[in-house]
Amino acid sequence: MPNSDAQTVIETPADVADRYALEIINVSKHFDDVAAVNQVSLSIDKGEIFALLGGSGCGKTTLLRMLAGFETPSAGDIKINGVSVLHSPPYQRPVNMMFQSYALFPHMTVEQNVAFGLKQDRMPKAEIEVRVTEVLELVQMTRFRRRKPGQLSGGQQQRVALARSLAKKPALLLLDEPMGALDKKLRMQMQLELANIIESVGVTCVMVTHDQEEAMTMADRIAIMDQGEIMQVGAPRQIYEFPNSKLTAEFIGSINLFEAVAAFDVASGGAAPCRLECAELPCTVVSNETDSRFAGPCYVALRPEKISLETSLEPADNNWVRGKIDDIAYLGSHNVVHVRLETPAGKTKIVQVHVSNFARHAKSLDFEQAVALSWEPEAVVLIKAEAA
Amino acid sequence: MKPLFAHLFANRFWVIAPPYVWMLVFFALPFAFILKISFAESLIAMPPYSDIWSWADDGFQWLGSINNYLFLLDDDLYYTAYFNSVRLALVATLVCLVVAYPMAYAISRLDEPYRSLFLLLVILPSWTSFLIRIYAWIGLLKNNGLINHALMSLGLIDEPLVMLHSDFAIYLGIVYGYLPFMILPIYTNLVKLDHSLVEAGYDLGARPWKVFVTIIFPLSMSGVVAGCFLVFIPAVGEFVIPDLLGGPDTLMIGKVLWQEFFVNRDWPVASAIAVVMLSFLIIPIYFYRRIEMQRLEANK
Repeated sequence: MPNSDAQTVIETPADVADRYALEIINVSKHFDDVAAVNQVSLSIDKGEIFALLGGSGCGKTTLLRMLAGFETPSAGDIKINGVSVLHSPPYQRPVNMMFQSYALFPHMTVEQNVAFGLKQDRMPKAEIEVRVTEVLELVQMTRFRRRKPGQLSGGQQQRVALARSLAKKPALLLLDEPMGALDKKLRMQMQLELANIIESVGVTCVMVTHDQEEAMTMADRIAIMDQGEIMQVGAPRQIYEFPNSKLTAEFIGSINLFEAVAAFDVASGGAAPCRLECAELPCTVVSNETDSRFAGPCYVALRPEKISLETSLEPADNNWVRGKIDDIAYLGSHNVVHVRLETPAGKTKIVQVHVSNFARHAKSLDFEQAVALSWEPEAVVLIKAEAA
Repeated sequence: MKPLFAHLFANRFWVIAPPYVWMLVFFALPFAFILKISFAESLIAMPPYSDIWSWADDGFQWLGSINNYLFLLDDDLYYTAYFNSVRLALVATLVCLVVAYPMAYAISRLDEPYRSLFLLLVILPSWTSFLIRIYAWIGLLKNNGLINHALMSLGLIDEPLVMLHSDFAIYLGIVYGYLPFMILPIYTNLVKLDHSLVEAGYDLGARPWKVFVTIIFPLSMSGVVAGCFLVFIPAVGEFVIPDLLGGPDTLMIGKVLWQEFFVNRDWPVASAIAVVMLSFLIIPIYFYRRIEMQRLEANK
């Protein structure tokens, strides 16, 4: 957008309809008084791959099923290309879904499966033939067109399922745990391939997953869901680097969290870096954060790969602590070192630090060795402590 | 291939042996007797049929004949009875299917504990004797029975409807009596149906009826066929229902068979009828098995 100041851009309804493939407006779903989805609003751009990420029971699948039309929202509205689909049954929505189990019709061949949706639209036979060939080529399954699903491997079934859900050129493609039925090795390869195919077709896509790696590999934007609510929406990098809650910080990757109290130098007009007193970190923590809304109780979040571990114990003024190695986990590509800190209150706190294999051997790290941990001010992410 | 004795000592053998022994003793052996008698001649003696072979001075001698079978071809009573039985059984099976399918589908889509409850209700009538339940229908259907009484006191009809002793009553009896045998195999099939296939059908733009015709029904075919056989086969040879609910002119092969055995005491002809009836029933089963095997092969 040329003008990033949202307040000066007046969007007419036509602009909105043009921009968003999908709008979810204040959607809630209650099952027997329990809110599975609570007041969710999302706008998804045309051509975007959007991931709903969360643990089981967080409401992501219910939300996806409402988009497909298998569940009716208790409140709110769903618009596809600006048109409400709230009262359309699933067979009238311009939406196609790739099911977690793929749901390929076992009594039909691959090409019959792909042609099924087109037949429902009364497309002429010759055109169906052309379209089926087209999408099967897209997923490289032309050779298997006369096979039954039972004669295909899991990866091949997934390709057919994708072809079937793309055949009708839907306005919105839904993926329900797309890698759920594949083994880990195949997963990595298919994540990139699936994302490439979806991008090449240019279809808007909403996927549901519990696997953060999958969401981060495939999606342009991710929404983290918990207990029916959206916790944070953003690009993968944004969510990883700047989690806005304890829950998102802990859900994506691993992270060290310390309770702290943030103080801003009010005299300098709030522009000075923030200093924190941490009960669990025996040092003064300095962060680049200048937003005074973080003042007061908060969490200091430090990613393990952003902490550097040194064997020289030369003290520094701040962002520096001393500890002892509690445990070293060898993960092949790197090591996770657990460092035990003695906190002022006499308790111990375990901090995770990532150390490369090279560094581990150069420093010849060993259990119970005294080490120093330090980090840059920009590595410190502040998370406001939730109101109790 | 393993030698036979290896099979004999495999655990699997002891699991499948009892049903085979049961079938051998209570089906194959009696049927062998029936087959033997069907080639004999009727006698007024004990037993009321002749031997079909002898070990006389000059060794083994074959005395049997296929006269009983030729006799069946001669008299059109038997054709008519066979034809009537097959027609009645066929129509009753179709009606059963139409009634049972929606019930089976509805039960399969219920949540527990309702699913078990409704399934129990389907089986519940068979806790009473079959004969008593058919007798009960006489009480309901007869001219001064419960149904006619109710309709007349409501003023809907002036004189009783003739329901008992008609083909209608036979259809009703067969459908009523054999409904669980149709519901259960279809239910067992539908309950295993992955509901996401139905959703995928909707998702791809198929309306409910289209989803039923192109997805649900074809996938439940093995249950439908099993149910149809379970109803059709006993219905063809049904004796109790046509005897109690049918009219005096209802010709069904079960009834003819009974008459040949107990009224005419012509065991050889009765046996021939039984053998022919069984062969009629075996042919469709054989073809069904072949189609089923081919289908399984194709899906491998």
